[in-house]
Amino acid sequence: MGKIQVSTKINNENVEYLCEPHDTMLDVLRNQLELTGSKESCGSGDCGSCSIILDGELVCSCLMLAAEAQGSKLETIEGMSEGGKLHALQQKFLEKAALQCGICTPGFLMASKALLDHNPSPTETEVRFWLAGNLCRCTGYDKIVKAVLEVAEDMKETA
Amino acid sequence: MSDTQYLAASTIEEAVNAHSKADGSARFLAGGTDLLVQIKSGIRKPNLVIDVKKIVELNSIEEISENEFVIGASVSGVNLNRNKKFSKLWPGVLEAFRLIGSEQIQGRASLGGNICNGSPAGDSVPALIAAGCIALIAGPNGKREIPIEEFHIGPGKTVLNNGEMLVSLKFPKRETHSSDTYLRMTPRTEMDIAVVGCGVNITFENNVCTAARVSLGAVAPTPLLIKEASKIMIGSDLNSEILDKVSKICMDSCNPIDDKRGTIDYRTKVAGVLFKRATLTTIDRIKGN
Repeated sequence: MGKIQVSTKINNENVEYLCEPHDTMLDVLRNQLELTGSKESCGSGDCGSCSIILDGELVCSCLMLAAEAQGSKLETIEGMSEGGKLHALQQKFLEKAALQCGICTPGFLMASKALLDHNPSPTETEVRFWLAGNLCRCTGYDKIVKAVLEVAEDMKETA
Repeated sequence: MSDTQYLAASTIEEAVNAHSKADGSARFLAGGTDLLVQIKSGIRKPNLVIDVKKIVELNSIEEISENEFVIGASVSGVNLNRNKKFSKLWPGVLEAFRLIGSEQIQGRASLGGNICNGSPAGDSVPALIAAGCIALIAGPNGKREIPIEEFHIGPGKTVLNNGEMLVSLKFPKRETHSSDTYLRMTPRTEMDIAVVGCGVNITFENNVCTAARVSLGAVAPTPLLIKEASKIMIGSDLNSEILDKVSKICMDSCNPIDDKRGTIDYRTKVAGVLFKRATLTTIDRIKGN
């Protein structure tokens, strides 16, 4: 069996690619499509640095075959800002210094976005539980949690 | 994994045929949160991966009659959680399934996958055994049904023969004054593997227990249904003496391993404690506390 042809939508653009049956979604995003914002750290679903949103659900792109994306809609970190304007979460992460080395940051941002998409006013406990699948080894969790809570608060005020 | 082929099956028949033909070297892929890790680490080397998520029966949550559910094997934690009626009727099953992994894992990991992976510590299994679920299996020789407590035959081993797949889980019709609970002991609050897990499912009306099923996970090579517990609990008012007696039975049923997660003594003791707590929580749930 040769390569598999996949038609999918990534960040609102129709994308077609050929992949090997064993390629993960993360492999194709990074190595073929040059969307290198999603990172591979653990490769086993523990760290969340490869987090993307697949048909509205937060998933680890390292635990998904690229072939499985046929007919799906994907959101990656590259689609988070719009027209050069940072997403509110990205802006707040910068303001609150909610990052240090930055490897985990794209995953945290995607996970935080998925959280606020599903639950626009989470409690601190809900934020901490939701982000439990994202590991930061510089251990900046508090600033990340505060940034997410502030964005949720800002969203309430502007709504 | 370089020789692996991928097939997205659209019907049960197609999936089962492909699996049978592969003669033992195929694996079904639902959420992939166990399978992909096993393939990457070289534990499994399937030459065919059969994606079952597009098969309607595997991907649906159906209420076949009032309060009677059939859940497809590839349904994920987030999807099951969205069914408010199911969550209300089976809070223990839902909490067991939702304990597995992070939000990212919940977005993919399936109920059927947790069962078929066959870990003695799989969180959903004791809750499903306590619930009294029936596993609906399809294979080259047709369909068959077995009680979920008979599904596992050893660590990583199930009753599935070559070509057979778990299609769905049939829940018994939920009676009134019934509820369930799953509790597990882990050193961390989440993202961890059970040291002991306990599922309790009871019907309790006018202070009399009329149905009870207790199951323990991670304390034996397979998850256990504690049959003797039901005998003692049914007909009683579940007073503390009864709970002590059943707690002892739970402890006597344990045959755990000693490992980094817990010693034999510790797992055994915790099994008794979790049974009591899960039962008291279930009674509270039935009373609406």
